[in-house]
Amino acid sequence: MSIWPSGFLMAFNHQEQRGSGTYDLDIPAMAASMRTRQTLVLGLALFLLLVAFVAAICLGSTAIPLQSVIGALSGQLANGNPDFDIVLSIRLPRAITACLAGAALSVAGLQMQTLMRNPLADPFVLGITSGASLGVALVVLASGTTVGAFLSSGMGLGGGFAIVGAATLGGLLVLVPVLAISVRLQNPSTVLIFGLMTGYAVSAFVTLLVAGARPDQLERWIAWGFGSFSAVTWTELQVLAPVAMLGLVVACASIKPLNALLLGENYAGSMGLNTRAMRLVTMAVASMLAGAVTAFCGPIGFLGVAVPHMARAMLKSSDHRVLVPATILLGALMALLAQLVSLLPTNLGVLPLNAVTALIGAPVVVFVILRSRNGVFAG
Amino acid sequence: MTPSLKTHDLAVGYRSRGKSRTVLRDINVQVSPGELVCLLGVNGIGKSTLMRTLARMEPALGGSVAINGADITRMSQYDLARNVAVVLTERVAVGSMPAFRLVELGRYPHVGWSGLLSEEDRAIVRDAVIAVGAEHLARREINELSDGERQRIMIARALAQRPAVLLLDEPAAFLDVSARVEIVATLRRLARERNVAVVLSIHDLDLSLRMADTIWLIDGAGRMHIGAPEDLLADGSISSAFSGPNIAFSAGDRTFKIREHPYGKAFVGGTGEGLGMARTVLEREGFEITHAPEGAQLMVTMNASGWEARGRLGTNHGASFGELARFVRQEAGATLQTEPQP
Repeated sequence: MSIWPSGFLMAFNHQEQRGSGTYDLDIPAMAASMRTRQTLVLGLALFLLLVAFVAAICLGSTAIPLQSVIGALSGQLANGNPDFDIVLSIRLPRAITACLAGAALSVAGLQMQTLMRNPLADPFVLGITSGASLGVALVVLASGTTVGAFLSSGMGLGGGFAIVGAATLGGLLVLVPVLAISVRLQNPSTVLIFGLMTGYAVSAFVTLLVAGARPDQLERWIAWGFGSFSAVTWTELQVLAPVAMLGLVVACASIKPLNALLLGENYAGSMGLNTRAMRLVTMAVASMLAGAVTAFCGPIGFLGVAVPHMARAMLKSSDHRVLVPATILLGALMALLAQLVSLLPTNLGVLPLNAVTALIGAPVVVFVILRSRNGVFAG
Repeated sequence: MTPSLKTHDLAVGYRSRGKSRTVLRDINVQVSPGELVCLLGVNGIGKSTLMRTLARMEPALGGSVAINGADITRMSQYDLARNVAVVLTERVAVGSMPAFRLVELGRYPHVGWSGLLSEEDRAIVRDAVIAVGAEHLARREINELSDGERQRIMIARALAQRPAVLLLDEPAAFLDVSARVEIVATLRRLARERNVAVVLSIHDLDLSLRMADTIWLIDGAGRMHIGAPEDLLADGSISSAFSGPNIAFSAGDRTFKIREHPYGKAFVGGTGEGLGMARTVLEREGFEITHAPEGAQLMVTMNASGWEARGRLGTNHGASFGELARFVRQEAGATLQTEPQP
C-alpha cells in the first residue's frame, strides 16, 4: 500500500486542474500596468532634481535671485559681475559635484547590495573609506613638515590634489587585496566580512596615527572627515566627472546581469553569467565610484546604503531596469538636499555634510521601510 | 539517438586548498530526451555534488560530462545555459518582482546585453508559464507565493531557457505532500511533452518509484545502481540501500517496516478493506504479522462493524483503528509482563 491513493496521482498526471484560458497571460499588458507607477516615480524624481539643482545654485552664503542665475548660465551677465562669478565658479561646480557624488555613491551601493545579496551593503563595505582616510591621515600628518610642503607645492594646488591623491592611493591599497581575494572566495558574503575586517584594522591604524597629531593637523583631518561638496572646483571636476560618468555608464550597461544576480550567483551562472568576472567588474566599478567621491568630497556615508532602499520602496520593484535610473536620480536629489540643508543658518556655520546626510536620510529610510509591507529585501 | 546527457567515468567531489575529496566515482549514466530520472540516495552521499557537477557548477574530478554529445568543459557559459537549466534547493529572495518577470530572466542566455525581450521571447515565456500551470500566478509577487508555487515559477524560468537537460536538486524538499506530487507529476509531463531530459534528486522514495522512467540509486557504499524502478525493486538494490538495522524496505508493497517485533505474533483475519490497515496498526505496535492463526498471541478479526480481538487479556471489539491500537498496547504490556522476548 502506498500513501498516495492512485486516483490522486492520476489527477495530477493529467493536469485536470490547469485553468486553461481562464487567466489572461498578456505579458506586455502586465508589464505596462507596472510601468505607470514607475514612470510617475522617475518623472517626479527628475522634476524634484531639477528644482533642487536650481535651488542649490540660488542658495548659499548669499542668495542669488533666479534671474541672475539664468542670466549667468545663459551668458547674459558680464564676466566681471559678482553673481556671475559666484554662480559659475562656486555654485555650479558644487551642485554638479553633489549630483555626481550622490548618484555615484547610491549606484555603487545598489551594485554592492545586489552583488552581496545583503541589504546593509554599501560602497564602503570593501574598506575603501578606511583606506582613503589612511592616505589622508598620512598627508595631514606630513603637513608642516618638509615632506608636506613638498607635496603641497609640488601639486601647486594648495594641497587639494595631494589629499585627493593620497585618498585614492589609500583606497587602492585596501581595494587591491580585497578584490584579489574576492575573486577566489566562493561566497560573496565572505567578501563582505573580509572587507569589513580590513576596514576595521585600517581604521584602527589611522586612529593610532591621528592620536599623535598636532592640533592644527587634527583640525584638517576632522574637516576632511566632515565631508563637503564645496572643495571641488572645475579643475577637480575634470577628474571626478569622467570617473563618475564612466562608473554610471558601466552600471547602466550591467542591468541585465544585475537582474540575474537577484537569484544568487548559482542561478545567475546557470543562466549564462560569468559570475566571477561580473563580481570583479562590479566591485571595481563600485570602488572606483566610491573611491573617487571619497577622495574629492570626503567620507559621505549613508547615501550609498539608503538611496537604493528608497528607490526599491518607491518603485515597488527590484528590477534594475528601473532601479538603476531611479537610484541615480534619487541619489543626486538626496545629495543636493543634504547640501541645501547644510546651509541652514546655525551658529555652527556650514553644517558637516556627513552629519546632514545621516540626519535627514535615516528617518526617511526608516519611514520608507516601515511603510513597505514586505520590508526591503523580503524573500 | 544521441543521449541528451551522458557521463563517462565521471568522478565528483570537492576540491579545496589543492586537496580533492572524491565522493562518487566511475559514474556512467545517460539520459535520453523525454526521460525522467530520479536520483535517490541518503543525505550526504553526494547527490547534490553530482547534480552540481552535471551542471558544471563544480568541476569534475575525473571523467567527463557531455550534453548532446558535446563536452561541457568546452562550452561557453552561454552555450551551457542554452542547453542545461537548473532548479536548486536554495530559496530565492528577489525582493519585489512579479512572477512573470522572474520567468523572463530565463531568457537570459538568448537575449542581447540590454536584456530586452523579442516577441518570440515573450511567446516562449508565456508558453513556459502555461506549461507548469502557473497562469494564475504570473501577476503575483514572488514574495507572496507559497513554496510550491514559487518552485513552479522557478521551473517555468528553467523551461524558458529552452534547455535540452533540466537538472533539479531536491525540487520538492520544502514542499508539502500535495505540492510535492504536483511538482513531480508536472516534471514528468514536461519531460514527455517537451522532450526534455529531466534529472531530479529527491528523498521521496515512493513518489520516485511511481513517477521515474529510470532510477539512479546511490547505495551506502557510493555505488550507482541504474534501472527502471521495477528492476531495482526486483534485484533488491532498493531494499538493501534503504534497509537499516531497525527498518526494512519491502519491495512487494513498497513500504518501510519496523523490524522489531518484541511482542510476538499476531494474526489478522476476516474480510473487508480494513485488513491492511489493521495489519499496519499491529506492526506499528510491535507485533509480527503471521499468515496462520497457529502460534499467534493476538487474533484480530475484521468484520463489517469493525474489529474483534482476542488476546491474553480477553476479548474486545470496536469500530475505530484508534481503539484497536489502544487495546493492542494493553495487550503488548501484558505480553511483556508474562513472557519477555529476548
